[in-house]
Amino acid sequence: MKRELSLDDIESLAVGAWVLGTGGGGNPYLPLLNMRLLYKQGHRVHLIDSNELADDALVGTVAGMGAPLIGQERLNDSLTLARAVTLMERHLGRKFDALMSMEIGGSNGIRPFMAAAHLDLPVVDTDTMGRAYPELQMTSVAVGDLTGYPVSLVDVRGFESVVHKVPSWKWAERVGRKIVTEYGSTAATCQPPRTGAEVKQWGIHGTTTKAIAIGTAVREAQRRHEDPIAAILSVEPGKLLYKGKVIDVARRTTEGFLRGVVRFDGLDEHRGSTFSINFQNEWIVGSRDDKPVVMTPDLICVLDTVTGEAVGSETIRYGQRVTVIALPPTKIFLTPKGLQHVGPRAFGYDLDFRSVFSA
Amino acid sequence: MRRIGIDVGGTNTDAVLIEEGKVVRAVKAPTSEDVTTGILDSLKSLGSTGVLQGKKIDGVMIGTTHFINAVVQRRHLTRVAALRLGMPASASLPPFCDWPEGLAALVRGGVWMVEGGHEYDGRLFMPLDEAAVTRAAEEMKAAGLKSVGISAIFSPLDPGHERRAAELVAKVIPDAVITCSSDLGRIGLLERENAGLLNAALADLARDTIAAFEKAIADSGIAAPLFITQNDGTVAEASQARRLPVYSFASGATNSMRGAAYLSGLSDAMVIDVGGTTTDVGQLKHGFPREANSVVKVGGVRTLFRMPDLLSIGLGGGSHVQLASEQGPLKVGPVSVGYRLLREGIAFGGEQLTTTDIAIAAGVLELGDRKKVAHLDAATCKGVFAEAARMAEEAIDRMKTEAGDVPLIAVGGGAFLIPEKLPGVSRVIHVEHGDCANAVGAAIAQVSGECDQIFKDLSRAEALSAAQGIANDRAVAAGAARASLNTIESEDMPLAYLPGNSVRVRVRVVGDVAAA
Repeated sequence: MKRELSLDDIESLAVGAWVLGTGGGGNPYLPLLNMRLLYKQGHRVHLIDSNELADDALVGTVAGMGAPLIGQERLNDSLTLARAVTLMERHLGRKFDALMSMEIGGSNGIRPFMAAAHLDLPVVDTDTMGRAYPELQMTSVAVGDLTGYPVSLVDVRGFESVVHKVPSWKWAERVGRKIVTEYGSTAATCQPPRTGAEVKQWGIHGTTTKAIAIGTAVREAQRRHEDPIAAILSVEPGKLLYKGKVIDVARRTTEGFLRGVVRFDGLDEHRGSTFSINFQNEWIVGSRDDKPVVMTPDLICVLDTVTGEAVGSETIRYGQRVTVIALPPTKIFLTPKGLQHVGPRAFGYDLDFRSVFSA
Repeated sequence: MRRIGIDVGGTNTDAVLIEEGKVVRAVKAPTSEDVTTGILDSLKSLGSTGVLQGKKIDGVMIGTTHFINAVVQRRHLTRVAALRLGMPASASLPPFCDWPEGLAALVRGGVWMVEGGHEYDGRLFMPLDEAAVTRAAEEMKAAGLKSVGISAIFSPLDPGHERRAAELVAKVIPDAVITCSSDLGRIGLLERENAGLLNAALADLARDTIAAFEKAIADSGIAAPLFITQNDGTVAEASQARRLPVYSFASGATNSMRGAAYLSGLSDAMVIDVGGTTTDVGQLKHGFPREANSVVKVGGVRTLFRMPDLLSIGLGGGSHVQLASEQGPLKVGPVSVGYRLLREGIAFGGEQLTTTDIAIAAGVLELGDRKKVAHLDAATCKGVFAEAARMAEEAIDRMKTEAGDVPLIAVGGGAFLIPEKLPGVSRVIHVEHGDCANAVGAAIAQVSGECDQIFKDLSRAEALSAAQGIANDRAVAAGAARASLNTIESEDMPLAYLPGNSVRVRVRVVGDVAAA
């Protein structure tokens, strides 16, 4: 059923999308700010379920690409995102029936709505990651071997590029990344178009609703001075893994990614045990007392113990008091093919995936 | 070196004289409505003790909450013209877009956005549209606006466009007071621009306040330069504080932590500052407070100020004490009698039992009338002290960033609540003049310089050394003696997704105030 989102829904979406960002994806504050202003100007956005799409409907996937840091100076602009969509429509010679999110985690969880506000298109309650991941081939649609082109990339100064055809998703990532770099390491993009049938078969469904539910739980708990982490675990089948404070953050950049490890010391019931998380933009492998206990594609969420809001790998720092929880991933990533794309080995960890939820 | 440090607090204005590294005298005067009378009174009181007789004072350093109060209370603010250089980017989020509406309505004199700005690697984002800047300045002039905040994309990396635009605006409005966002530092356009706009909004107040401080010093017969203490525990010359008042927003807490370091001789320790109503717990590293995460809200506006990371709890010398009874267990705080302690505390003839009454009953403090609290027996007092100690212990544990036991310095008027032994603490240090630690912190403040910028294709060592050079130059420009400069923070952050070896480096140096 098509339903209008209230501004309060979108405020919750921003909090929930940041939790689902699992450390990466960029803080959704600036996209949220855009939505507040768009709502003030009278724009409204609508959410639909994937099963309302006709099989031959055409769906545009909206995403920003680039370094989150650049986005703090060249601020997200809703019209530029809309232009990435209309450029793709011109390239295809066909109008979209709806938009969807590539990545519910972080800023990209809100960007489709920024474009939708200008285009009068509904947004499907579906994405292709169910979280945040650093690369284009780390999506359910790539696991499903759907076509990885064309991709449109737009810069606010009027540059328009289309990657017309590439042999694989990895090539889409490589070529697209080059264009983004030339633009100044930030671009509004429309990812390969999908049919209604493809979305229904390979999309990860209900993720916008899920992010709103998580965000609502956190904000409600904050208002009532209750435990926001318990509130998340009451709306999601997650697991509390660890409570502690950050005692060390080591970061390095390799091949354009932020990699590193964060170490924690236990507080409360976890006093006396240590925990560490290796990250590549997103939190990838968590170890208790040096033994891996949780790993991608399980969602590892590091949350501020007091506010319940997510803490990102770019900004986590010494002394922060945090709680680590895990949320279950989409089943698509748990198949052998899915694990090839997003399992621990896809990030260079020689580990057999074992879900924290199978124990 | 002979300096006077002044802290203008909510209750008292404290003044201390420090000579050759020693606290010679500390005095208190009630804080006055106009603030400057309190400063004058405290200086007179210091002078009346004869310690200033015939001596040359090297500097008067004042810590004040004047500027932040103006923003929070929305008083004495100047209307501001916002000029942003960065079109066509960021247009959907114009200046003031995330301000609370009431504050924006007071400060927003007009918004102009024109082409300009840089990329993260120093390339031009767009050439500066000089004609549009001049047109904007003419419109500002017609609207009667004289305080201007200028921001540009990636201006911390290249402030060229902001500086050029400032020249163009000054040509049209010769008496304009202009704040460039690059003077306020860090990456994050909206937050940096907000800091610049707040700064521009304080233009008139800063001019008047600094002039009043200078007059108070002159009227007290002291011939010494004025310095204003800043959020990060350093000072700025009066002329710079007049230009960048936002840097002096939250110096009180910083000053007391710095004072604690100085009085104890420790540079790495936890500090607990027990006031009348609240207790602040923080951590000293290299003699400076550890800073809070980057985004700080001031009067509802997101900014990127350097502020100490503090945990505040409702425990102090004026905290209400509710003894255990059938109504419930023993409770200390968070409500406090505050500055009414000397009227409302039981030992002073009032009716509210406070932690100070307990300390008087236990013979820890000699104040008020001990007979009035004679009904409080030793076991009761012990119970209250134990509860206060438990609250302190919990706060210290939350703020500690290492597993082992650490030293703890207890300062502030309510420091008597902190016992000699606490779990997780190697030793508790009570210091002489600890109740004036904030004025001491003001007196000993140093000058800092900071660099926060992205470097490309340099080795890590080269990037760090380049940043160090920039930070050193900035400290010297702010009044530091070059030979005394010391690096107190050095942090490098490789940047994800950026090509080449891009690294963001932040370096902060401090040094002693250079002799005039």
